[in-house]
Amino acid sequence: MRLELIRRPAPSTLMTVLSPLVAVALTVATGFVIFAAFGVDPLEALYFFFVEPLTATWSLEELVVKATPIVLIAIGLSVCFLSNTWNIGAEGQLIAGAIFGSIPPIFFPEWQGPLILPVMIAMGILGGMLYGAIPAVLKVRFGANEILTSLMLVYVAQLLVDYLARGPWRNPEGLNFPDSRPFEGWQLLPKLFGTEIHLSIAFVILAVVVVAFVMRSTITGFQVRVIGEAPRAGAFAGFSRNRMILLVFLISGGFAGLAGVSEVAGPIGQLRISVSPGYGFTAIIVAFLGRLNPIGILIAGFVLALTFLGGEGAQIMLGLPEQMTRVFQGMLLFYVLACDTFIHYRVRVRTKHAAAAEA
Amino acid sequence: MGIIEGIMLTVITAATPLLIAALGELVAERSGVLNLGVEGMMAVGAVCGFAVALETGEPWLGVLAAIAGGVIMAALFGVVTLIFVANQVASGLALTLFGLGLSGMLGSAYVGRPGARIGSLELPVLSDIPILGSLVFGLDPITYFSIALAAGVWFFLFRSRGGLVLRAVGDSHASAHALGYNVIGVRFMAVLFGGACAGLAGGYLSLVYTPQWAQAMTAGRGWIALALVVFATWLPGRVVLGALLFGAVSILQLHAQAIGVGIPSQFLTMLPYLTTIVVLVIISRNRLLLRVNTPACLGQPFVPDR
Amino acid sequence: MKRAITACGAVLALALAAGAAAAEDKLRVCFVYVGPHNDGGWSEGHEHGREMLQEALNDKVESSYVENVAEGPDAERAIERLARSGCGLIFTTSFGFMDPTIAAAEKFPEVKFEHATGFKTAENVTAYNARFYQGRYIIGQIAAKISEAGVAGYIASFPIPEVVMGINAFMLGAQSVNPDFQVKIVWVNTWFDPAKEADAAKALFDQGADIITQHTDSPAPLQIAEERGLHAFGQAFDQIEFAPNAQLTAIIDNWGPYYIERAQAVLDGTWGTQSTWYGLKEGMVVMAPYTNMPDDVKAEAQATEAAITNGELHPFKGPIFNQAGEQVIGEGENLDDGTLLGMNWYVQGIDDQLPQ
Repeated sequence: MRLELIRRPAPSTLMTVLSPLVAVALTVATGFVIFAAFGVDPLEALYFFFVEPLTATWSLEELVVKATPIVLIAIGLSVCFLSNTWNIGAEGQLIAGAIFGSIPPIFFPEWQGPLILPVMIAMGILGGMLYGAIPAVLKVRFGANEILTSLMLVYVAQLLVDYLARGPWRNPEGLNFPDSRPFEGWQLLPKLFGTEIHLSIAFVILAVVVVAFVMRSTITGFQVRVIGEAPRAGAFAGFSRNRMILLVFLISGGFAGLAGVSEVAGPIGQLRISVSPGYGFTAIIVAFLGRLNPIGILIAGFVLALTFLGGEGAQIMLGLPEQMTRVFQGMLLFYVLACDTFIHYRVRVRTKHAAAAEA
Repeated sequence: MGIIEGIMLTVITAATPLLIAALGELVAERSGVLNLGVEGMMAVGAVCGFAVALETGEPWLGVLAAIAGGVIMAALFGVVTLIFVANQVASGLALTLFGLGLSGMLGSAYVGRPGARIGSLELPVLSDIPILGSLVFGLDPITYFSIALAAGVWFFLFRSRGGLVLRAVGDSHASAHALGYNVIGVRFMAVLFGGACAGLAGGYLSLVYTPQWAQAMTAGRGWIALALVVFATWLPGRVVLGALLFGAVSILQLHAQAIGVGIPSQFLTMLPYLTTIVVLVIISRNRLLLRVNTPACLGQPFVPDR
Repeated sequence: MKRAITACGAVLALALAAGAAAAEDKLRVCFVYVGPHNDGGWSEGHEHGREMLQEALNDKVESSYVENVAEGPDAERAIERLARSGCGLIFTTSFGFMDPTIAAAEKFPEVKFEHATGFKTAENVTAYNARFYQGRYIIGQIAAKISEAGVAGYIASFPIPEVVMGINAFMLGAQSVNPDFQVKIVWVNTWFDPAKEADAAKALFDQGADIITQHTDSPAPLQIAEERGLHAFGQAFDQIEFAPNAQLTAIIDNWGPYYIERAQAVLDGTWGTQSTWYGLKEGMVVMAPYTNMPDDVKAEAQATEAAITNGELHPFKGPIFNQAGEQVIGEGENLDDGTLLGMNWYVQGIDDQLPQ
């Protein structure tokens, strides 16, 4: 007897809904076993991981703060991945956005007024786009593999921001500490309604709406999907693959750059030696967790942010190791990916007898 | 020991873990599977190897454990991507995340404890020959093995029937399937081989390079190994060259600093990454070479029609 | 299903609240680490301090930590979360936590904060640091005595004042023995990457250094020294197990007594804001046993340690010249703490350019 996957004629609606629920249930079940093995009460641990962060206003605000950059980047990456182009270097593009966006307040620290923030944001997006254009151009012009070049450029960006924050852009009044001068007043994104949430959440909502619309209802969105799913068909239809590579890298780089400048002008408030704890990589996971769909990504971004916050709570209250968070995230993604299989496939059990008969 | 000799020895040992991990990934990619989880598999290999070597007092059992750790992680990846046909890029990233977390949890009891080093061979007489002696005969056994591994992988891929099948599976899974080859089976074996190599590379770090274990001690070397495979256009000989080149640039920038060149160290540290990009661009301009060697089905899931 | 989980959660929350009430008379002392609690270096040093604290005041104190906290917004959230969860005293143990600590302290005026290795203080924020440079002066002296080549290698992490101060102290110590002593510096741009630290150690040895020291966290450089039959120093811990024949001594971070002192102050109601910079005298910096060296070198090291401890010797005593040959401080004076904490220049005799 053996099991076989059979492609469904059309994706199963039932499984589309059920799959993430099953995946979460499996993650929780596995978590139960792991927590028990660690000698903590599994119910208590699960409560801290998944429920406690939702029970207070402050943690809900923090959830938004944490999810904002991740979702922004993931939305951009989803367009890229849908076209079958692999931008792994969003982390570098985020840093480039942070660097470019910091140019106005660092070179013109006295500059205040309603104009500076839009300029910073535009610079940030531009920085991310330019940095994203490098692997795209290398791919289009020389055929260099974009996974590799975009990844290598992450290291370069990290070292560059390190150099700038420690060296030329260091705060002259900061006792040689490796930070830029703190941004002030108009140079910062305003916080909304007296909460910790910055204006950048508006960018997230805008991004979700615009990308959902573009992908669903415009020719460009159609082209992205055709080239991603059937490059040959795209070529016959006259879509330029090279133009598309450039376009999706500019889009994903721009979003990452926007996330970068939103961090330095938002929660961080200055340029630092490190401006992101790996949001660019987390976003790749979120993009897939959300099935490359803007709404899905929004939800997935919040789920992942939840595990980050929950992981902290579990550390403080139960003394669980921080690595548990990563194990959880990896596991969740594995289960989601595996469960999603059943959206497009069904399982058929074949006995030896049947197989022989068919042969 | 002279300075040139010293540099060369250091470059070779710096290249070894990259070479081993990259060779494993090369075989997996030749079969059409892109596994971005090398870093995670290396981390698990490093912790398994170190823990077993310390508990048993047998470094070589540690090496086996490192390989086993990598294989188990790869099997997880294989199940998700080959049986459940999940997206390989996402699964690979999940594997890295999972592996880094898991290794940290497994290894928490082993931090800050000195391990047993697998030393260099020190053959009598031969190792004492000036320069050549220590370069050719004074290395550690795993480094010799890595060179043999490169030759073995080349022979397997291009001179054996098994290699032909593996490449066929990677170039066109539909045709290979039509010819009656077990595509999933071949790919699974290739993925496991990749895991074994990544595990061994991790073990090399925790048993030979710096006999200790600490969280995140792989420090991004898995990603470099991945880069080397593309860099080498999926050819084992070029992986050797690429690993040595990367090792050489990383080591020479340290020497440049010790001499005192006055360039900010961040820029010197960038050099290996920039070199990789530049060399890749140069190589990629030869499109024919790329087209011939790139596995056409890389990253594409396969489900037999019947 | 969802409702059931929420119900479970509510019950648990009640149970926890009851538990918290029972422990209320204990002071909750919380720590934020930038790395894993068992990183074998900086964060583990603080973790040892926390364990000492817990042991010493076990019936009055309950301690916990958050590890691997990235500097930036994550740090602020983690610190605030600790404050919310009932911590009365919070130690934030990385220099990058400075601004987040100050920000959190504004929101939680009743909670006491202590930030390590920074310079900002507030009504409820104390800054504390250890005078590691005292230990580096001693190992500089030892290095100059032991080295036959007259050249030491220095593996440095990042060009921040703390590290630059260490290099200068090492050099001044070495120059007190051998005015022509040389030091070769390699910046590895990481606090922790054993293989890279090992590579740097090999490069320095290959370039002619016969003794090395490091301002990074792993014992890998010591292991290389052991393998080469040369000498090195331990960092943050007594790392003699890693290099029984190579380690000469180690500069040990000993935070425990300070943590006990401060927790006790909170319990006694005497806690006040201050800027603490303790050294050998107060036992925040401790030298590991002097090993693998001739008796006369050992005796001199012990004498220097005693002189620094009782205040007779300040490692940064004048006259001190910078690389340009300008006198920074004259005979009979010592560099003040402010200058030390912001140090971004090399002393005369270091043949290298400081990355700016």
